[in-house]
Amino acid sequence: MSDASFDSRIHESEAQFGDYFALLKPRVMTLVVFTAFVGLLAAPVAMHPFVAFCAVLFIAIGGGASGALNMWYDADIDAVMKRTARRPIPAGKVTRDEALAIGSALSAFAVIFLGLATNWLAAGLLAFTIFFYVVIYTMWLKRLTPQNIVIGGAAGAFPPMIGWTAATGDISVASVLMFCLTFMWTPPHFWALALFVRMDYDNATVPMLTVTNGRRSTRNHILAYTVLLAILAVALGFTSVGGPLYLTVALVLNALFLKGAWDIWKRDEGASEADNFAVEKKFFKLSLLYLFAHFGAILIEATLSKLGFDWASLGGLLT
Amino acid sequence: MSLSKQHEIHKRRFGRNLGVGLVLAALIAIVFGLTVAKVTGGDLEGALGSAGGTVDGN
Repeated sequence: MSDASFDSRIHESEAQFGDYFALLKPRVMTLVVFTAFVGLLAAPVAMHPFVAFCAVLFIAIGGGASGALNMWYDADIDAVMKRTARRPIPAGKVTRDEALAIGSALSAFAVIFLGLATNWLAAGLLAFTIFFYVVIYTMWLKRLTPQNIVIGGAAGAFPPMIGWTAATGDISVASVLMFCLTFMWTPPHFWALALFVRMDYDNATVPMLTVTNGRRSTRNHILAYTVLLAILAVALGFTSVGGPLYLTVALVLNALFLKGAWDIWKRDEGASEADNFAVEKKFFKLSLLYLFAHFGAILIEATLSKLGFDWASLGGLLT
Repeated sequence: MSLSKQHEIHKRRFGRNLGVGLVLAALIAIVFGLTVAKVTGGDLEGALGSAGGTVDGN
């Protein structure tokens, strides 16, 4: 082997900055940033804009760090699944040790800085979220139970609650219900996808509900979670973060979501295959709009409230 | 011709080094910004007040 060929091989596999950034799962981070920002803005406390910016940034970094630790631990199963085979570790760009070092360092940085910038309850919640995602979900339950999606969803549901706590220093009914919104939304969202996309979790020996309990059971689960989700989503409208706009959005979208879950529950595999899983695909697309619209409505309600807008005064103007 | 030719490895790693440099610069900006926000935002007055002092030391 010549020096030149050795050099070119290093060149091809050498990690660039983007590869290290990819360890932080940037797409997941966008959801974390959005929901944490909504939680923070919906809180009935005024925050210095720069401190608020930093709080969201540290929550996002904490979320990204847990993603890097997830990639460190799951490198073996990432390598055998098509969807994850191009991640930095299985692609040979970044070593497992590097991912562990980056994930651990960023976790500590994010928690300490969130504590210094806001309060230690918010920092504690962020630390718990990272622990929950990495240890409880990734290391322990992901490979053990078909309810892994429910457990993983809990970790993704914490950011609005952390955002709220960063602003207020406490936990309230509203922040717990914002947590419940993402927590209960994740299973039907993901299981609908699992019904129409052939996933290779089997190769990675990760138990998936569609395989372990069957597709009929998955349809039952989707309906059950959607009913619970609808109740919690509408209940959120009656807390301090709700309002007429949120309630309207919640009522319309939950009616549509319940109808979609009911349609999925009603049909069998034959009907689904006949129309190429059209109902399941429609439900999945609606689920994307569902979460965005709910948090978007909370964001608009919070912005209007901070600008001094009062729905009651609008009612007075109309009468 | 320059006296020392830049090695290929320096060109290859420029992007990574630039990224790390920008991250460090952002860290400094954040710590500085947070300090300014905390000092001017009343947090310091509150902390000193509860400790029995004031900002101007009286």
